[in-house]
Amino acid sequence: MSTPEETTGQSKPSIRSYLTLRMRDYGILLALIVIIAFFQVMTDGVLMRPVNITNLFLQNSYVIIMALGMLMIIVAGHIDLSVGSIVGFIGALAAVMMVQWHLPILVAIPACIVAGMLIGAWQGYWVAYWRIPSFIVTLAGMLIFRGLSLWLLNGQSVGPFPPGFQLLSTGFVPDIFGVGKPNMTALAAGIIAAATIVYLAWRGRSRNLAYGIEDEPYSFFLGRNIIVAAVLVFVSWKLASFRGLPNVLVSMAVLTVIYTFITESTTFGRRVYAIGGNEKAAALSGINTRRLNFIVFVNMGMLAALAGLVFAARLNIATPKAGNGFELDVIAAVFIGGASMSGGVGKIVGAVVGAFIMGIMNNGMSIMGIGIDYQQVIKGLVLLAAVVFDVYNKNKA
Amino acid sequence: MKALSDVDLAVEEGEIHALVGENGAGKSTLMKVLSGVYPHGSYEGEIHYDGELAAFGGISDSEKKGIIIIHQELALVPQLSIAENIFLGNEVAKTGVISWPDTYQRTEALLKKVGLKDPPATLVEKIGVGKQQLVEIAKALSKDVRLLILDEPTAALSEGDSAKLLNLLMELKQQGITSILISHKLNEVEQVADNITVIRDGSSVADIDCNKEEVSEAKIIQAMVGRTMENRYPDRERNIGEELMSVKDWTVWHPEQTDRQVIKGVEFNVHAGEIVGIAGLMGSGRTELAMSIFGRSYGRNISGEVTLGGQKVDVSTVPKAIFAGLAYVTEDRKALGLILDEPITKNVTLANLPGVSRYGVLNTAEETKTSEYYRKAMNIRTPTVAQRVVNLSGGNQQKVVLSKWLFTQPDVLILDEPTRGIDVGAKFEIYSLMNQLAAEGRGVVMISSEMPELLGMCDRIYVMNEGALVGELSAEEASQERIMSFIVRK
Repeated sequence: MSTPEETTGQSKPSIRSYLTLRMRDYGILLALIVIIAFFQVMTDGVLMRPVNITNLFLQNSYVIIMALGMLMIIVAGHIDLSVGSIVGFIGALAAVMMVQWHLPILVAIPACIVAGMLIGAWQGYWVAYWRIPSFIVTLAGMLIFRGLSLWLLNGQSVGPFPPGFQLLSTGFVPDIFGVGKPNMTALAAGIIAAATIVYLAWRGRSRNLAYGIEDEPYSFFLGRNIIVAAVLVFVSWKLASFRGLPNVLVSMAVLTVIYTFITESTTFGRRVYAIGGNEKAAALSGINTRRLNFIVFVNMGMLAALAGLVFAARLNIATPKAGNGFELDVIAAVFIGGASMSGGVGKIVGAVVGAFIMGIMNNGMSIMGIGIDYQQVIKGLVLLAAVVFDVYNKNKA
Repeated sequence: MKALSDVDLAVEEGEIHALVGENGAGKSTLMKVLSGVYPHGSYEGEIHYDGELAAFGGISDSEKKGIIIIHQELALVPQLSIAENIFLGNEVAKTGVISWPDTYQRTEALLKKVGLKDPPATLVEKIGVGKQQLVEIAKALSKDVRLLILDEPTAALSEGDSAKLLNLLMELKQQGITSILISHKLNEVEQVADNITVIRDGSSVADIDCNKEEVSEAKIIQAMVGRTMENRYPDRERNIGEELMSVKDWTVWHPEQTDRQVIKGVEFNVHAGEIVGIAGLMGSGRTELAMSIFGRSYGRNISGEVTLGGQKVDVSTVPKAIFAGLAYVTEDRKALGLILDEPITKNVTLANLPGVSRYGVLNTAEETKTSEYYRKAMNIRTPTVAQRVVNLSGGNQQKVVLSKWLFTQPDVLILDEPTRGIDVGAKFEIYSLMNQLAAEGRGVVMISSEMPELLGMCDRIYVMNEGALVGELSAEEASQERIMSFIVRK
């Protein structure tokens, strides 16, 4: 008698078996393209207008910034529900410092970032050193910092901010080539970014080939890189024909690169994944799990503070309700991006793409005039579908 | 890949039929077919039960016929009581309301049969693994079992508990219950089995009728590995040097029960090039001793002194212990040793990331090269180091764990049950590796429940009992009887 075939993963990969294994990576890229195409058609081309693309970045910048930190939190096996409240609290703190106390911007911004780190340290302390579940600690934080922002602002809105501060969110990088329209800086940045990404991918591939551990078929490698490069150049062209690179896009891109580097190429990043993968094994391998958990939360606090500043600068006013519900968008982005609830799995790029999927859906549905009620239902279904797709693939593989 | 091909197995009613074979030979797959985990239609071939062709669609079908399988990893809920566990999914209830008096009464009767004296309301997490195994059997009895399949039932049990379990199987046999026993422990198989079937590479290669022919371990092993294995332990030229590590007055208290002393003033030493064994029953404190030395990974209020190379060293945290030159290979490689979903590369470098990085930036090319080196040196059987560890067999997983620790360049390795759940071939490789480490002048401490393995490998054996070292034997004077006599004497 013989039993059903068992895949051991040791056979030479055929394209089909490769696809099953990497379905998630291609799936999310495909989903992004399908969603863009869908809304491009449904909005009669409004989605891809230069002004709307610019808006898309401005609207989603804070979600993306926080998704970077949230990814590491979730990879380490935790969750942070308090980020929306931290956004509100830091916005309020910035308003009090700049509008009421008239502190200079260059004092207020670092002070707010430090405040965010302290908040992260407070939560990280309980999670890391007392082993209180992060769900509880940050649920408490969600209430605490929402309450504190109400208290700071006396329940009222405070603004407007000094013009210099607003540039954080609404400013654009000037065209250093002096052409102005189209903005050559934006175009050049897009082309350089695309070239760099393709070069790094090619270098990594040839190195893996040398060790015989590369399994992506060449056609897939080529197709994927062509799509990524084309999207980058296309978007930069669109931005160039409006006002150029938004400041916030630059900081977002820089942060994305930094965090990709940290998670994939540093011992620190590797250890965070190890903690999420098997905390006990990590500890017995000499990894200081407490300190790492602590740092991951401090980092989240810092990024939430940055997002709070960007958001406040964009609205040009601090309100006690600012940031309400942001945590849900951020967490959804990370899970749509392929992170695992049980920790140890997830990529920065995935989280950023996940945030864009959410952002484009918000934007597209608003342009189409779909009510907020249906919008939430649809977003919820997309999140569920993404995770179901994940689990289905994992069981099949 | 076929996990099984062409297996013939005939089990007589009322016998104990042992199934032996290397890991990955297909024993567990075969049992899954028999018990309906792999439903009828997913395999070719026929199963006849009571003379009828059986076509089980799932576990519930086979359970109805009285076939019960007890898996290696026990399927009990620790937070529930013994009685609740026994009747889980099969509650003594009327219209969904549980009758507790009946439940307890029936539980008591069942516990009596298996020789367990704990009250039915005891939580399963409060009793030891040995007793938990008995609860599993009581659970099987509650379902009117006729054919009991046990997958490595004694793997986690001490000698005493194992003996009890085997006796129980004999008693059940008297009552007409048939058992299929899957085991690595050949001495046990010899002791209780009426028939032995050896499985190799997915096929049945030998049937031995113990009542007719004489059985010897050598004979079974030969059938298992397909070659004669004259020496189960590789030869080694002993070259023992100066004292490398010593532990003095080591005392550890239980992490929760603050008044319980787990390790009581233990003193031992290891010389360069020496393999030192620590024998003892399960729960005698061997793992606790090792883990408390390795960066205080276990216990509270730890006191005592560790010296390495004549110098007193600080081993108060795991990083410090690694820095001092210690390595500890855990007894539970899946839960404590590996990140199963990650590839070999990331597991091999985990304990020494600075070894493949500069200023905190990883050099992935170096990392791949390192793991490739260990894949070849340790003979880890897999095509690439990008393979996820979860897909490897137990023996290869253990080699990954060992690679991880060798990459930290330790002076002294503490190996906790290094060959547990590993097939004969891989065991031999691990023994050879231990010899090689000793030959390089390192010290090796081997904790094991298998006395033959300690006797075959060690230069010196310490005997541990109830948290204290109760004896020390040189290779020449050591024997199973002498080790046991130290434990029993007390």
